[in-house]
Amino acid sequence: MSDAAVVVEDLVKRFGTFTAVDRVSFDARRGEVLGFLGPNGAGKSTIIRILCALLRPTSGRVRVAGLDVTRAPEAVRARIGYMSQRFSLYDDLTAIENLRLFGGLYAVPAGDLDARIRWAVEMGGLSGREHELVGTLAGGWKQRLALGCAVLHRPPILFLDEPTSGVDPLSRRQFWDLIHHMAASGVTVFVSTHYMDEAEYCNRLALIDRGRLVALGTPGELRSAPLGGTLLLVECERLGEALAVLAQTPGVREAAVFGDALHVMVPDAETALRELPGALAAHGLRCERIEAIAPTLEDVFVHRVGTAP
Amino acid sequence: MSWRRTVAIARKELIHVRRDPRSLLIALLLPIMQMILLGYGATLDAKHLAVYAFDRDGSQTSQALLKRFQASPYFDLVRTVEGYADLTAAVDAGRAKLGLVVSPDFSRRLAEGGTVTVQAIVDATDDNTANLAMGYAEAVIGGFSQDVQLAWLRRQGLPDRAAAPPISVETRTWYNEDLESRNFIVPGVVALVMALVGALLSSLTIAREWERGTMEQLVSTPVTAREIMIGKLVPYFVIGLVDAALCVGFGIGWFGVPFRGTVGTLLVATALYLVVVLGIGFVISVAIPNQLGASSIAILVTLLPTNMLSGFAFPIDQMPAPIRAVSYVVWARYYLTILKAVFLKGSGLAALGGPLLAMVAYAAVVGTVATRAFRKTLD
Amino acid sequence: MADPAVAAGGLTKRFAGTLAVDRLGFTAATGEVFGLVGPDGAGKTTTLRMLAGVMTPDAGSATVAGHDVVRDPEAVKSRISYMPQGFGLYEDLTVDENIRFYADVFGVARAARDERAERLLAASGMARFRDRLAGQLSGGMKKKLGLTCALIHTPRVLLLDEPTTGVDPVSRRDFWRILYDLVAEGVTVVVSTAYLDEAERCHHLALLHEGRLLHCDTPARLKAGMPGAVVRVTSPAPDAVRDALRQAPGVTSALVVGDGVHLVVDDAARRVPEVRARLAAAAVPCAEVAAVAPTFEDVFVAAVATSGEAGP
Repeated sequence: MSDAAVVVEDLVKRFGTFTAVDRVSFDARRGEVLGFLGPNGAGKSTIIRILCALLRPTSGRVRVAGLDVTRAPEAVRARIGYMSQRFSLYDDLTAIENLRLFGGLYAVPAGDLDARIRWAVEMGGLSGREHELVGTLAGGWKQRLALGCAVLHRPPILFLDEPTSGVDPLSRRQFWDLIHHMAASGVTVFVSTHYMDEAEYCNRLALIDRGRLVALGTPGELRSAPLGGTLLLVECERLGEALAVLAQTPGVREAAVFGDALHVMVPDAETALRELPGALAAHGLRCERIEAIAPTLEDVFVHRVGTAP
Repeated sequence: MSWRRTVAIARKELIHVRRDPRSLLIALLLPIMQMILLGYGATLDAKHLAVYAFDRDGSQTSQALLKRFQASPYFDLVRTVEGYADLTAAVDAGRAKLGLVVSPDFSRRLAEGGTVTVQAIVDATDDNTANLAMGYAEAVIGGFSQDVQLAWLRRQGLPDRAAAPPISVETRTWYNEDLESRNFIVPGVVALVMALVGALLSSLTIAREWERGTMEQLVSTPVTAREIMIGKLVPYFVIGLVDAALCVGFGIGWFGVPFRGTVGTLLVATALYLVVVLGIGFVISVAIPNQLGASSIAILVTLLPTNMLSGFAFPIDQMPAPIRAVSYVVWARYYLTILKAVFLKGSGLAALGGPLLAMVAYAAVVGTVATRAFRKTLD
Repeated sequence: MADPAVAAGGLTKRFAGTLAVDRLGFTAATGEVFGLVGPDGAGKTTTLRMLAGVMTPDAGSATVAGHDVVRDPEAVKSRISYMPQGFGLYEDLTVDENIRFYADVFGVARAARDERAERLLAASGMARFRDRLAGQLSGGMKKKLGLTCALIHTPRVLLLDEPTTGVDPVSRRDFWRILYDLVAEGVTVVVSTAYLDEAERCHHLALLHEGRLLHCDTPARLKAGMPGAVVRVTSPAPDAVRDALRQAPGVTSALVVGDGVHLVVDDAARRVPEVRARLAAAAVPCAEVAAVAPTFEDVFVAAVATSGEAGP
C-alpha cells in the first residue's frame, strides 16, 4: 500500500472563467506535516476545500486517505479533522460540553466517546478546567481544546488553518509538540499560514501563487535554494537616501528598508561587498556595516511569489 | 461646533440610507403600507354583519321584517335556516354575527294589535361589534315596529300622530359627521407610522457603527458628540417630514379624510414630534450598541404605547385613572390630540396651546438627554 | 534630544477584575517605527486605545503629539490618526466617499485633499478603484484604503492596531515600505503586532506579555541581550536528535521543528562541536549543526522565562 496519504494530480478548479487552481500536483506522506503558504486569493483555501471534499474539482485526481474526493466525498469528510482559525468553539459552553458537541457532530461511537473526551482533556492540559466556560479560557487552552475537538474521531488527516495566530510563543510550542506527536503516530497534517515562524514547524512547505504551486520542499531546502542572488545587510546613515542610491546602482537587484538597515539583493556578493560602500560614499553616505546574511523564509516567499494585487 | 464636520456626518448618513435596502423600505414603503392596511383594515364600524334567520312564521309580515334587515347597510341576511340548532351552530361557528328567531304567531299577533317578541342572538366575542349589532338590530326592528303601528292605526282610522313617540332627539355630530371611524384612525396611523419610522431608523444609527467597528475610529477623530448626533439625526428628520407629508396626503387624497386646519400648525406639531421620536431612538441606539437589540427596544417603546395609550384605538378618558395618568407620559398622545384637532376641528395654534406646550417640554427634555447620552469613549 | 512623540508612564487599565495593561511605560521618538509586540492578551489594543484617547486609563498617563491623553484627548485626536483592528471603513461608501468623509472630519482643505488623495491612491495602486464600494475591495486593498484615510490629513503620530494580521508576506512588505516612507517624512508610527518576526522591522519595540512590559529596546540589542545562543540541527530524524540531546550539558531547550531541532544553548562556540560528537556517537543522522541568530520568538520565550512567569 502506498505511503501517500494524499495524492493530488493535475488539480484544476475554475469558477466561471476564473482559474483558481491551475494544474497543481503534490503528494503528502502519512505522518507528514505539510504547510501551505501563499497570498490571499492565491488558491490556498480552494485547494484545502477540495481536499476536504467541500468543493468539487473541475478536473484532476485527488485521493485523500485512499478515497477519491469526487466519488466518495462523505467518506472523505469523515476521515478529516479541521481546526479553523479563531477556533470555532462555543464560548458559552464548557470545555466538556464543546467536546461532547463535536463528538456528536463527528459521530464518534458512543462507547468510544468518553474515553476520547478524557484523552482530549488530558492532551490539552485541561484537567481541572474542563468545566469552565470556554469564553473564560486563555488563548493557549482554547487552541488545544479546539485541536482536541477536531480529532475526537481519530481522523487520519488533519487541517489546521492559522492554528497559532496570536497565541503566545510558549503555548505555540506546546501546541506544535502535540501536532508533532500526532504526526509521529501517522496523522497527516496540513497547515495553512501566513506566519513564517509557524511555517518552520512544517516538514515541507508548498508555496501557492495565483493558482500554481511555485515551490515545494523542506524549509531548509527552500532557504538554501538559489534566490538568484545573495542577501546583504547594509547599515548606514540616512536610510532613505541610501535606499534611493542603491536602487539605482547597477548590480543591485532589489533594495528595501528593514528596521534600522537595508536588505539588498545582489547577484554577486563578492563584487557588491567591494563596490557598494564606494557607491554610497560617492553620495556622502558612510556605510557602517555590510555583510551577507542568510535569507529568511519570508525572503524566499517574496522572491518566489509575484507582487500581490 | 464645526459645520463642515456635521454636514459630513449627515451626508454619510444619507448615503447609508440610500444604499441600505432595509432602511429605504422602512422609510418609504412602510408608511404607505401601514396607511393602507390600517386605513382599510382598522375599522371600528360594523357593516354587512352576517345574519341568519329562523322564520317559524313564514308570513308576508315576517318576510317584510327580514327584508328590512337585508336592506340595511349594517346587515346582510345570509341565510334562513329550518331549525334552532342550525341557528346556534351558525353563531357558534362564526358564520353568523346575529341570529334572528321569528315566532310562529308573529303575524297573527301583530294583526290582532298585540305585541310580539323577536329573539336575537348576538355573537358577543367581540363586544364592540356586538354592541353595535344590537343597537342596529333594535333600530331596524324599532323602525319596522313603528311602521306596523302606523299601519294598524290607519286601519283603525286613527291619526298618524298617535304613533309618534312623545320626545324625539335631534343629534348633530360635530367634526366627524359621517361618523367614519377612518377619519380618526387615519391621523392615528400618521402618528404611529412616524413613531415607528423615526425611532426605528434612528435607533439603528449608532448601533450600526459600533457593530461594524467604524465607531471606534470615529471617536478617535476630532468630531464632537454633538456633531455626531445632529449630523446623524437631521437626515432622519427630513425623511420623517417627507413621510408625514406622504401619510397626510394619502389620508386626504385617498381616504378622503377632511383637513380643516392649517399646514403651518401641522408642520410645527410634526417637527416637535419628530424631535422627540428621533431623540428617543438616538438614546436607545447609544444605550444598546447592537442593531437587533436597539431596534427591538425601539419598537417596544414606541409602537406599543402609541398603539394603546395615545388615544389612537382606545379612548383615553374611558381608561381607569392610573392608566390615564400613564398616558400623560406618552408623547404620541399630545401629537394625536393635535392631529385630530387639526384634521377634523380645524384648530389653530392658539387653541392647541396645552398639547403644544407639552410637546415642547418633551422635545426639550429628550433633546437634552440625547445630547448628554453619547460619549466619545469606549468605556 | 527632541521631545518624544509618545511618552507613556504607568499606564494601567482594568476590565472586570483583569489587569489588561499593568503600569506600562515607554517612549517613542519622533520619526521612528515603535512596535508593541506580543501575543493576544498582551494589552496591545488596550494600550493603543488609551494612546488614541478613546479609552481612559485607570492610572498613569501618556503624552501623545505634545498633549496629555487624559486631560486633553480632543487635542490629541486632531494630531493623530488611529487605525483600529478590523476596518474603520464604511463598506457601503465608495473609496472616494470614504476619503472625502475623513478629509471633512479632519478639516482638510479641498485642494490639499485632492492632491493627497491622488498621491496616496496612486502609491497604493488603487487609483482606478475610486468609485468602487469599500466592501468590494480585497483585504489588502481595504487596509491600504484605511491607511489612505488615516493619512489624508497630516498626522504627527500614526497608531496602527495589528495592521498586518492575516496579510500575506508580500503585502506585508508593501505595507512596511509605506510605513518606512512615512517615517522618512517625520511621522511617528506606533504599530502593534502579534507576529514576532515583525519585531525585527521596528526601530524600537516593547515586548508585552499579559499586560506587562517585558523589555523595551532596539531589535538588535534585544537579540544581543538574550541569554545563551541558538543552534540549529538539520536532520531527517528530529525526534532522535532531541532524545539524544535532551540531557546534554549546556542545552537549555530542544524544540522539534519541521526539518530538525532548534536548540538553545549557553555557549554556541563550545556546544556546537559537543552536539556533533554526541549525535555521531548516538548514530543519529544529521545534515548540519550550526549556530544561528535567535528569532524573536526565542527572545520572547527567554524574556518570559526570566521574568518568572509561566504561560498557560
